[in-house]
Amino acid sequence: MIRIIVTAFAILLALSSTVIAQQSPIQDLLQNHRALIEKSSRKTIGPAIEALRDSGLPEAQHILEKWQVKELWMRKDDGLFVFAEKVDGGFELTDISSGQSIGKAGKRDLKQLKPNSGIRAIIGAALVQFQLMDPDPAKRFAALEAIQRDGEAAHLPALRGAIEGEGDPKIQALKKRIEGLLTIRFGQNEAARIAAIERFSGDLGVDVRATLNPLLATRRSVVAGDPPDNVNVAALLTPGSETLSRSDAFDLLVSAGLATARVSTGDMRAALIANIAQGKVAGYSVADLDSDETRQAAYKGLIKQGLVPPAILGEDVDKALASHVFYDAFAEPSGAVTTAATEAMRSIELRVGFNQTFDLALDAISLASIYFLAAIGLAITFGVMGVINMAHGEFIMMGAYTGYVVQQIIPDYTISIIVALPMAFAVTFAAGVAMERLILRWLYNRPLETLLATFGVSIALQQLAKNIFGTQARPLTSPAWLDGAWVMNDVVSISYIRIAIFVLALVFLAVFLFIMKQTRLGLEVRAVTQNPRMASSMGINPDRINMLTFGLGSGIAGVAGVAIGLFAKVTSELGSDYIVQSFMTVVVGGVGNIWGTLAGAALIGFFQKGIEWLNPSNTLAAQTYMIIFIIIFIQFRPKGIIALKGRAAGD
Amino acid sequence: MRPFIIRHPSVGVFLALLALFTIFVTVMSEAYGLGFVSTSFVKTLGKTLCLGLVAISMDLVWGYCGILSLGHFAFFGLGGYMIGMWLMYARTKLIVVASLANAELPATEQEVVDAIGNQIFGVVGSSDFPLIWIFADSFVLQMALVVLVPGLLALIFGWLAFRSRVTGVYLSILTQAMTLALSVYLFQNDSGLRGNNGLSGLQNLPGADAIAQSHISIWFFWASAAMLGLCYMAAAWIVSGKFGSVIRAIRDDETRVRFLGYSVEGYKLFIFVVTAIIAGIAGALYYPQAGIINPAEIAPIASIYLAVWVAIGGRGRLYGAVIGAAFVSIVSTYFTGGQAPDINLGFYTIQWVDWWLVALGLAFVLVTLFAPKGIGGLIDLFEGRRSPDRHGADLGPDAGSLREAEAEK
Repeated sequence: MIRIIVTAFAILLALSSTVIAQQSPIQDLLQNHRALIEKSSRKTIGPAIEALRDSGLPEAQHILEKWQVKELWMRKDDGLFVFAEKVDGGFELTDISSGQSIGKAGKRDLKQLKPNSGIRAIIGAALVQFQLMDPDPAKRFAALEAIQRDGEAAHLPALRGAIEGEGDPKIQALKKRIEGLLTIRFGQNEAARIAAIERFSGDLGVDVRATLNPLLATRRSVVAGDPPDNVNVAALLTPGSETLSRSDAFDLLVSAGLATARVSTGDMRAALIANIAQGKVAGYSVADLDSDETRQAAYKGLIKQGLVPPAILGEDVDKALASHVFYDAFAEPSGAVTTAATEAMRSIELRVGFNQTFDLALDAISLASIYFLAAIGLAITFGVMGVINMAHGEFIMMGAYTGYVVQQIIPDYTISIIVALPMAFAVTFAAGVAMERLILRWLYNRPLETLLATFGVSIALQQLAKNIFGTQARPLTSPAWLDGAWVMNDVVSISYIRIAIFVLALVFLAVFLFIMKQTRLGLEVRAVTQNPRMASSMGINPDRINMLTFGLGSGIAGVAGVAIGLFAKVTSELGSDYIVQSFMTVVVGGVGNIWGTLAGAALIGFFQKGIEWLNPSNTLAAQTYMIIFIIIFIQFRPKGIIALKGRAAGD
Repeated sequence: MRPFIIRHPSVGVFLALLALFTIFVTVMSEAYGLGFVSTSFVKTLGKTLCLGLVAISMDLVWGYCGILSLGHFAFFGLGGYMIGMWLMYARTKLIVVASLANAELPATEQEVVDAIGNQIFGVVGSSDFPLIWIFADSFVLQMALVVLVPGLLALIFGWLAFRSRVTGVYLSILTQAMTLALSVYLFQNDSGLRGNNGLSGLQNLPGADAIAQSHISIWFFWASAAMLGLCYMAAAWIVSGKFGSVIRAIRDDETRVRFLGYSVEGYKLFIFVVTAIIAGIAGALYYPQAGIINPAEIAPIASIYLAVWVAIGGRGRLYGAVIGAAFVSIVSTYFTGGQAPDINLGFYTIQWVDWWLVALGLAFVLVTLFAPKGIGGLIDLFEGRRSPDRHGADLGPDAGSLREAEAEK
């Protein structure tokens, strides 16, 4: 009994599975559109794919994918759609809904559906919707990115359909954004496009500008009367103005077939040469043809004789230009759309301008911090002690090379930077003290000769560095956490390394102020600077103070060298690139005052960036103008921005 | 009053030695003599004389007037650029006209100018003549520019700087900035002077293709020697007499001279401009012998080297400047040219090409510290003149100064 029941059940099951295989809703849907699918023409296939797409059936995506890669087959005898896989002696058929095997068939009994490339594209567009609704957010995001890269008009309906059901607010916002951009590009409804354009007014994204710019692209044309009505004119142009030079205008006329070509100087010359007969051209002797006037006259003679094709010469050009209207026309036919786009572009450009100014200010601040770092050591040796140290740049270089050597020994970049900073300070402190003891202390009464002696040290150190490290640039790699940039939006960004340098400059400022104002050493330094004899009467040893001060200034130069080496190439010329700017910073700021150095660095940094902004192609010219500016600035404030007053000023 | 030469015997000695040297080189040259001295070495000697000339100008402004200018090599380079423009234009014009003469049609003036522009500026991707070349066609005007351009630049810069009382190391830094600005400007391709390509082919005089370089080089040698002698006399005349006294007084104590009623700015400006002009002339003689000029020649480092030569030769004496320039430049050429033998220390071989600059730098420090009078001080030793070792300190009751008794030791 049980056996009978089981057998019956098994048969029922087998039967029912066959029934399902043949009568699943998706199969029905395909069967409804069988004629269209079999015909497989790009023009008529639309409803079939749409029906599949909008069916809401779970298998639809899979079937579309299979169809797209030519793995969907049809059984010829009953028109059943199946998946087929090649096996020995025929094809193994699988049901499209349940995925169960439904037997074998020979090649002859089957028809493979081979969608052409046009149909595959339509299927692809339909598939987008499934990808956009995929349960995996990463897949949805990837699909959106693909659309963002190259969107098509076909994506639009899919995208619109996918916005409602989106659960992730971030992805939904992205969907809305892309939908808006695609509407601007491909929308059929003018009002919807204008609304979308207005939605993006003031948006800083590069994609918005990339969408709006083609809308505003213009073509230059010329007509004899007024521009035709069906043309969306952007602007009327006058030949000889900045936007349209006279020769460009004439070329336009010629290419539009509205005027005979002008003959170029070279062609005229060739034509004249070709028509030399017995030493004469159209009655003019060859020897006289050494000016443009006689050449034109001779050419006109040739035209009259019919020897050369007619061409416009001289004043006729003016007439031709005056009798035509030149204009720029938008490729986009709708005037309302271009007006809205122009309006949106204007507001975007305004905001971009603001942000660029902000970005420029950030750049200027970071440049100022670099100058400040390079100059702060000098502010001590030159500003406080009055010693011109031409080797200051080489101390910066020594610091950078110390950083490089430390990195060779300690491979971890973070630790090596932490070790390198005090190491650089120690090395250059020692070098500074040695230089002070051996050379400078003999020259305190001869400042100009200090300049020369330290210059001697400078060239010796530079060549020494070349001999040891070679002439090629050495890398000083920053730790990974300093890579990259802090991106605020598509316009404003600043690299972390620049932020780090800014912070380092602030730290130096604080350390300097602390030493000078709060410590015994600072007090003694200030005393020795103001009046060395009085200071020594008070029990201060000026020799020792001078030595320590110079060492401190040199040590700071070394630390600055590590910082500068992180973004510049470490070469033996590293220091000399900064030495003149450093002196400028100190002199402009005012000698003997750290706030002056800060002000000088800020002034020079902002000024240089400002000039670079006015003339971005030419940083060399920017440097020239900056130095000229400084020379003029010194005229009006010879003692710098912050001048010492009273006893401190010395002299 | 006794003649100038007798009052200043060093001038006579210098001119006599210079004349002897010139005759000696001429006799030894390939063009007019025995051929012991090669043409390239004649050029080197001629260039050295020009460097001596610019060193004289540096000595006038620094050794006598106390202005450590780090810009005189810029004036030197400007003089070179001015003559280079004419040399290049005139020679290219000859070539262009010759090639256009074979054409079927006689060339228009515009065609000639365009072809020259193409030849000269093709290397920086342009063919239009910038405005600064408008006088390049005229030899006389361009020669005038050799004097006028450095002179005017010095006048404007000096007037601005001296009038706002920028002195001492500040002035040095400011002149260095000026030099840097000029060289950076010339480095641009659209500066109108061919960017970092500079002007080249200057050794070929226009219209003198038939004359061998051996002759041309000796002519330039003579011109350099004559100009050196002339400027030496002029400089000696300037620094002698009352004017020279005021100049030296400004060097020693500017404020005191001002309080005595002299127009310090006027004197300084005069010296600054005159020396800039001498430097420009020296450059105009130097670069046709060198054959090429580019903005790197104007870089601030060159002007500092100029100060180094004068310091090593001995400041405050004109022959010292010439000796310093000649000595250091010839020794530098010897050591950096790879002719000097390497020194084998066993564990390390010193190659002079690499170590010469280190040695020069250290030598320079030593000279500054221990022999502030430079090589010229040897002549004082010979004459038995001694001066106290004061490390530059003042004589008198001021801070750090020495008592008279100490100074007389």
